[in-house]
Amino acid sequence: MTKKIKLSELGSLFGGLDIEALEGVKIEGDVELDLGQMGLNPQMAYALGHETAQMAFHLMNISRILGYPIDQMLGSPAQQKPVRPSKLIESKFGVARNEDWKTPIQEVVLGATSSDGGSRKSTVTLGGEVALPYYFDGPMPHRNHITMDVFDMPINMAKAVKSNYEDVINSPAEWAKKVVRDFGADMVTIHLISTDPNIKDTSPKEAAKTVEDVLQAVDVPIVIGGSGNPEKDPAVLEKAAEAAEGERCLLASASLNLDYARIAEAAKKYNHVVLSWTQLEINAQKELNRKLMKQCGVARENIIMDPTTAALGYGLDYAYTNMERIRLAGLSGDLELNFPMSSGTTNAWGARESWMVSSPLKEDTDWGPREYRGPIWEIVTGLTLSLAGNDLFMMMHPTAVQVLKEITQTLYGSKETEPVNIDDWVSAVV
Amino acid sequence: MKLNSPLQVYKYLPQINCAECGDATCMAFGAHLIDRSKKLEDCPPILKDKYKKKYIELQTLLAPEIRQVTIGVGENVKNIGGDDVIYRHQLTFFNPTAFAYDVWDTMPEQELIDRVNKISNFRKFYVGKFLKVDMVAIRCVSGDAMKFAGAVKKVAETTKLPIVLCSFDPVCLRAALEVVKERRPLVYAATEKNWSEVAELAQNYKVPVVLFSPDLDKLKSLAATFQEMGIKDLVLDPGTYPQGKQLKESFERFVKLRRAGIKEGQKDIAYPLMSIPLNAWLVYKDAVTASYWETVLASVFIVRYADIMILHSLEPYAMLPEVHLRDTIYTDPRTPVKVAPGVNEVGSPTKDSPVIITTNFALTYYTVESDLSSNKINCFLAAVDTDGIGVEAAVAGGQLTAAKIKDTFAKANFEIKEKTTHSTLILPGLAARLQGDVEDVTGLRVMIGPPDSGRIPGWMEKNWPPKQK
Ligand code: SF4
Repeated sequence: MTKKIKLSELGSLFGGLDIEALEGVKIEGDVELDLGQMGLNPQMAYALGHETAQMAFHLMNISRILGYPIDQMLGSPAQQKPVRPSKLIESKFGVARNEDWKTPIQEVVLGATSSDGGSRKSTVTLGGEVALPYYFDGPMPHRNHITMDVFDMPINMAKAVKSNYEDVINSPAEWAKKVVRDFGADMVTIHLISTDPNIKDTSPKEAAKTVEDVLQAVDVPIVIGGSGNPEKDPAVLEKAAEAAEGERCLLASASLNLDYARIAEAAKKYNHVVLSWTQLEINAQKELNRKLMKQCGVARENIIMDPTTAALGYGLDYAYTNMERIRLAGLSGDLELNFPMSSGTTNAWGARESWMVSSPLKEDTDWGPREYRGPIWEIVTGLTLSLAGNDLFMMMHPTAVQVLKEITQTLYGSKETEPVNIDDWVSAVV
Repeated sequence: MKLNSPLQVYKYLPQINCAECGDATCMAFGAHLIDRSKKLEDCPPILKDKYKKKYIELQTLLAPEIRQVTIGVGENVKNIGGDDVIYRHQLTFFNPTAFAYDVWDTMPEQELIDRVNKISNFRKFYVGKFLKVDMVAIRCVSGDAMKFAGAVKKVAETTKLPIVLCSFDPVCLRAALEVVKERRPLVYAATEKNWSEVAELAQNYKVPVVLFSPDLDKLKSLAATFQEMGIKDLVLDPGTYPQGKQLKESFERFVKLRRAGIKEGQKDIAYPLMSIPLNAWLVYKDAVTASYWETVLASVFIVRYADIMILHSLEPYAMLPEVHLRDTIYTDPRTPVKVAPGVNEVGSPTKDSPVIITTNFALTYYTVESDLSSNKINCFLAAVDTDGIGVEAAVAGGQLTAAKIKDTFAKANFEIKEKTTHSTLILPGLAARLQGDVEDVTGLRVMIGPPDSGRIPGWMEKNWPPKQK
């Protein structure tokens, strides 16, 4: 394919540009160049006259620099000899750090040791990032952490999860011990679901007792979760906060559809941290954070956000992008959004792919054993959100916890392993 | 792309507002070019000779920052790359990561055929479509050119999927290319050592080629050299190390390359990126552990910028999360979260058919709808306006209430007592706590369905039609 263009056209094309190469060059008449013929062949160009040739070359170079599709106009280089350099062109690769990220994420400490008025052996610090997770732009001061779920009554669980907890299902304290001792949980979440009026309507006072038991049983920081009943939760969390005074627990959660002020008040009064929970809506998250700070007077170092986790295949795209946008906004200076984030990664178990024996659709390729599907669903859901900026993961399956720890700590940079040679992966026997 | 407003595009369009593109004005069409929802070729006038100059200019200015590379031919052709943004919310990502699953030339023939069929037959239904995998990567393990070419031939005979030829030996690559040159396979790979011979192959056979080096200076050298030689259909493999610091560095290389390509417009490296999660198998021998770790690596690089990857595990517990995560990341975020509220017919319902309630969250709605239609259940499906929130969350958050349900039927002019013989509603299992309220507010009988719509068929067998009171 050979395209003919007129030199004068090319000239006028770049006429508005201040191009040195064009200065002093006079075009006499309308010389029509057949660029397809000429190509980059210097002899051919020479034959057309020195001046014109030089100009054509410059133009082509300029065009190329400007991104003009000179090569398309040149068409197929059939008549040309392919270029065959004898050695590689030397190059240096470089890329700049992201200059938009000037605002660090707020650091938040969970748990309090005896020197700080609590009884925890260790604390967990979240936040402090100055870039997207694991990026080279700046140091990530704290690794991701995992808090494992404990319930105050037996609940329905996927089979793969349940088999790990059958021996402790009636004792939140033993359950808590097990996740810390056997499964390496950094923290424990005690979900007071029995307080729901539609479940057991356990009184706030009784629920607070459960919290005390868990605090006795383990020495890691804890999260205190309500039942999710918006009428009951404030009272339950208030009592629990009181029972756990000074321990810097994470109170889950304050949200726009319940009396968040009461929860904020309890956190302030008994030295805890508030989990600010919204549903996949960045503006709602801003609004709630603002209310917690301005209206309720919660200090910045006492706020963590839960922007909602949807499972892989069930809205993870919204959850991922919502978190990524929140984190980018925070790093770029939005002081209503630069808080650490927490994910209810356990929601992955709501995906049918994680627990159903087989696909309900005949057209699907066999789903294989569900025992393997569940944990990886939890892992991939969590891992995806870790890349969006999530700091704390609420999880259930021990294998999922191990694998998520392994990959997040590898990307964080704390996993040392023997170097692997991948140069011959093509011929590896696997 | 180099333009960022419809006005800038408008300057290059014919400006005659003939509406042949389907938009009323050239300006409106310009907006579609900016958000990449239409192609320049959708404007017939600009293809005329008169506008040729502008057409060519505009084509260049609209070209995506990351080059789009085409692998394969015919109906199974696969494009990779072509991205313009580094975060999906800024526009959307284009050309979902291509998944190539490996076979190798030392496999017994029948095993090879079975494996290739397994790859090409994989499917997972999801929101009105099937998630599938894309390519077969043939690894030269034998080091024997004839053997390699033989395996490649077998694969080409067995599947129409695009092919990736994997060997660092130009002799083996040439033998394979001779067999499948008309399929436009992707050649893997040119390195610091073999680049000259592989470049010659890419030139002679006119096929796309992968450049491999974990050293970004060398990778850029390779890319610059190939470009100089006129080879533009390049894919870069900056190395996927399976663990430790090396993996962290691999991650950083993907981020750096993509940032340089899109944000800094460094044309020399603005090519699609390839990741090799298969390398998990170099460190884990236990199949389940290796499959898990491969899925983990795949996930990391699906999110952060791999445009194509080579995988090994065909276990469903590896493939299912992989295809779903790819869909997650590449779904256009501009498509609405919600479906229109209302009462819809699934199949051809009669007065005896059930009336099932769900929310207007698109994912929930389509999942329920596909479960019903795939199992040939005729019914009325009501999408309640929950602001696009799923059932469980909407019950907790107060977006799914008895009043909202009643309202949905009222607005749709759907009088249940007239339209059905049974005057019954079926609530999702996750909304069981609304049963009493809904009964009070609507005066209808309310049944509780299963918590997952996949179980509706079994539930129907046991519970439908409802027993007469
Ligand atoms: S078809 Fe082309 S010329 Fe006609 S209105 Fe659309 S953009 Fe303008």
